[in-house]
Amino acid sequence: MNKFVALWLAVGLIGFFVLPWYTTDDAFVSFTWLRDGWPLDADYAPAIIQIFAHGKIWLAPLILFFAAVVPVLRGNPSDRLFAATLTFAGAGGLVFLLLQGFTIGIAGWEYASLEALFGPVERQFGMGAGAVLVAAAFLFLLTQGFAARGYVGGDLFVAGSIGLIIALITAFVFFPVSRILVSAFQDNQGVYAFSLFAEKISDSKIWGLRCLSENVSCGVAWNSLMLAVSVGIGSTLLGLAFALVTTRARLKMGKAFRVLTVLPIITPPFVIGLAMILLFGRAGVVTQFMASTFDIPPTRWIYGFTGIWLAQMLAFTPIAFLVLIGVVEGVSPSMEEAAQTLRADAWTTFSTVSFPLMRPGLANAFLLGFIESMADFGNPFVLGGNYGVLSTEIFFAIVGAQNDQGGAAVLAIVLLAFTLTAFYVQRRWVGKKSYVTVTGKGDAGLHAMLPKRLTWLIFAIVIPWTFMMLVIYCMVMFGGFVETWGRDHSFTMRHYADAFSVTTGEHGLIWSGAAWNSFWTTISISAIAAPLTAGLGLLTAYLLVRQRFAGREAFEFGTMLSFAIPGTVIGISYILAFNIPPLELTGTGIILIICFMFRNMPVGLRAGVAAMSQLDKNLDEASLTLGANSFTTVRNVILPLLRPAIAAALVFSFVRAITSVSAVIFLVSADYHMATAYIIGRVENGDYGLAIAYSSVLILVMLAAVSLVQLVISRRKLGRRTAVAGAEQAGAVAT
Amino acid sequence: MKKQITFIVGGLAAAWLAGTPALAAEKLTLYCSPQIEWCNLMVEAFEKETGIDVAMTRKSSGETFAQIKAEARNPKGDVWWGGTGDPHLQAAEEGLTEEYTSPVFDKLHPWAQNQAKSASMKTVGIYAGALGIGYNKELLAAKGLPAPESWADLAKPEYKGEVQIANPNSSGTSYTTLATLVQIMGEDEAFDLMKAMHKNVNQYTKSGSAPIKAAARGETTIGITFMHDMVTQVVNGFPIEIVAPTEGTGYEIGSMSIIKNARNMESAKKFYDFALNADIQTRAREAKAYQVPSNSGATPPDESPDLTKLKLIDYDFAKYGSSAERKRLLKRWDDEVGSLPR
Repeated sequence: MNKFVALWLAVGLIGFFVLPWYTTDDAFVSFTWLRDGWPLDADYAPAIIQIFAHGKIWLAPLILFFAAVVPVLRGNPSDRLFAATLTFAGAGGLVFLLLQGFTIGIAGWEYASLEALFGPVERQFGMGAGAVLVAAAFLFLLTQGFAARGYVGGDLFVAGSIGLIIALITAFVFFPVSRILVSAFQDNQGVYAFSLFAEKISDSKIWGLRCLSENVSCGVAWNSLMLAVSVGIGSTLLGLAFALVTTRARLKMGKAFRVLTVLPIITPPFVIGLAMILLFGRAGVVTQFMASTFDIPPTRWIYGFTGIWLAQMLAFTPIAFLVLIGVVEGVSPSMEEAAQTLRADAWTTFSTVSFPLMRPGLANAFLLGFIESMADFGNPFVLGGNYGVLSTEIFFAIVGAQNDQGGAAVLAIVLLAFTLTAFYVQRRWVGKKSYVTVTGKGDAGLHAMLPKRLTWLIFAIVIPWTFMMLVIYCMVMFGGFVETWGRDHSFTMRHYADAFSVTTGEHGLIWSGAAWNSFWTTISISAIAAPLTAGLGLLTAYLLVRQRFAGREAFEFGTMLSFAIPGTVIGISYILAFNIPPLELTGTGIILIICFMFRNMPVGLRAGVAAMSQLDKNLDEASLTLGANSFTTVRNVILPLLRPAIAAALVFSFVRAITSVSAVIFLVSADYHMATAYIIGRVENGDYGLAIAYSSVLILVMLAAVSLVQLVISRRKLGRRTAVAGAEQAGAVAT
Repeated sequence: MKKQITFIVGGLAAAWLAGTPALAAEKLTLYCSPQIEWCNLMVEAFEKETGIDVAMTRKSSGETFAQIKAEARNPKGDVWWGGTGDPHLQAAEEGLTEEYTSPVFDKLHPWAQNQAKSASMKTVGIYAGALGIGYNKELLAAKGLPAPESWADLAKPEYKGEVQIANPNSSGTSYTTLATLVQIMGEDEAFDLMKAMHKNVNQYTKSGSAPIKAAARGETTIGITFMHDMVTQVVNGFPIEIVAPTEGTGYEIGSMSIIKNARNMESAKKFYDFALNADIQTRAREAKAYQVPSNSGATPPDESPDLTKLKLIDYDFAKYGSSAERKRLLKRWDDEVGSLPR
């Protein structure tokens, strides 16, 4: 008996005969059905009872696809009939399931022509637990069929993983995004109008270049592009500087740097921007000081390109740092020592050995910085002045006075074109060279120290930067304890009391602060999303780096898509796609978790790709030769070597879930309210005190979480000598 | 293989737990657009009076409108309460909201009644706020500038780089200003004024109330917003002075609409009647809301500008709220004002 087929057949049958087929009320799935009339009640009945008791006869053919699998239960995987049967049953079942889901909706037939053909039908709601299990069963039967045909070397785990990720990305990225992009080609009444698209995409507001000759602002596309390139380059260099300082300079405060560089990543949006205005704005502390001491007249220089660039550099350098630190640590000391043995000096070693080996890391860091800058909404919103960028224009095209969803979709297409081009260029630059440095062979070397001149240069950049960050964060913390930030600086605990007071009542503690509700929701949703996001990202990275399969490029492209699209567009597209059956998710916590998973997965993916390119494939092969299957290899060989990448992915998905705004704002509901949405409300109302107090608490919580992750899993054991013991020796080599 | 399954099942179980909502007998889903304190006040008072369980989400009016539009085929909300009238009127125009005449309707001020009738009763005014000019008096004194008194004053060369107003493309407040100027002085004259003002404008902000916040913190000297937003800054202790322009001024009507095909229609109507009552409207000041209530029996907060003493124009909501007119005016603004060099 083929265990795999039997298992997924069983799962599918449980989905069909036991679990509720439809979602219940507003929930996707909940457990109340167990006591509320299951299995006969129309709301909670499994598919089999829906067919016979509630007139949902169109579900009946599904069982045929399961029946088709039974004859091959005892089949031989190398048999051609086995493969053909599984492929047919899996694909057929999936297609039928989707077809009935998309054609029969909350009001019966979705298309009038079908109603004319078949007569009226019962209405049906969104798919529930039963339907999800059935879909999963069909999917894995299908991938089993593909594997049996010899796809990806017949590896079940790899085939299943590819199938799963493709299915998820199709459902939660392509499907919703296409829903909104289509509106680029429609007018406001939903009629297709391609001339309108041509007119909108060639608008001089997007592409105008008059700024070169006159004092007007350029098209938003150019603005965004210039900003993103500058931020990408800047944050990559700075991130590299920090990574080198922490790993390769004789510096006792390396750890402290790590914490400091992570701070901006855990700062809720708007906070840095607001602090920068209070420091460098026309009435800012620094500006006023300069005015009174050096007689420099206060100006509004912070509003515009410079301000956004500074704020984004502060915000995104840590991402580059997180990607690069794993790579910088991963560069094999043996190679550097080999260079030194061949009498290369420190500079030559660095520029010809260490630096080129960091290339995938640099390219990935640049790509992330570029995309983040393109999609960032908070900083351009606060500091943009008259410098319009695509992300803010998109937001206001949707929620602003114009209410032009089609216009927003057009801008989103422009933005996507940019990010995808960057993605392509990055791939060309990294090329097909080998960046392998972690092999199975003994590698007990020590990292070469940086050349002296470079060390000083890096210090000259890193120290002022660190100082500026400290000042900004002191400003922020201070803002939570004063009456009115920037005006009345008398000490108060009022904001913290408003947000986080706890009183005792008759039944014990009462969480009476205004922030508690959204605080707990945020923490629990983020905590659920983080491991799922990291797992998905790393699994995808493994498939991309380690497996060769047809359609790999398209697969990689798909995974980057949701990251590259600004949150506002994702938010609206999720409502458009998931507010109606077959997947009815709005108003639940699940839609938030899914949104976070697919938006933040690419970071885990990039970190994983960068780190995995350094692992020698011989390691996997050795494991496979010794009889382990690919799943065991991933778990016992690759994962332990990827600890820094795992830590980065976990940390990043957790904090991004807590700090993201633009997508979340459309997905929060009364039961699932997120912290950032609450904070934005306060900022809109000019109540900075509470917003800052809440942000400070979030920063502390995330800092604790980050430290915990760092402590538990961030170090991988590469069998190298430890730095402390060998520091003097290494120093001697370097000088 | 077993571990892989454990992983998947574990993930699903976690996702299940997150998707469990509370069930209640009689309930109401409220989309609320003003500040959260005011929303909370309304929810608590309504729950206390009727026992109906309210699930409230606060989002700005633009965000709420975008959401209602996206949810149109399967509405999740019942009532949309508050926020500037423009998007409510647009929602009415697009047939996203339900027609309803409250028994309290006769007690409303004429401006509220007119606006509702212009939208064939698909929305109703709950408060009004007039546009004004606000300036930072400390900064004005330090620069030795005269206080502005009228819309025309804002084009004076001495205010170069000192005025802030939102971009009408993104902000309803600024669109209301644009429409107000057009109604006061005629379209061509209004655009001439805005062109002249362009040199004085240091930034067209994205959000409507940003200019007065910037003025409060000294980032700009003069800001053009709704007066009740200025009052908020004054109450917060900032040196803001409020000016009612001598030519007269326009106003917004904060509105409320019942969402079409609402799931809890009965509760929605109960809330609608409740929100138009004089008592609850009088309580707005408890939430630091300084708009003028729409029920003639309600007492406006002491801090709020007295609408009867302002020279309010007869704002044509039907004309300037329509999407055709809006598109035309915004296009003209883009071509003639927004694209001017500085």
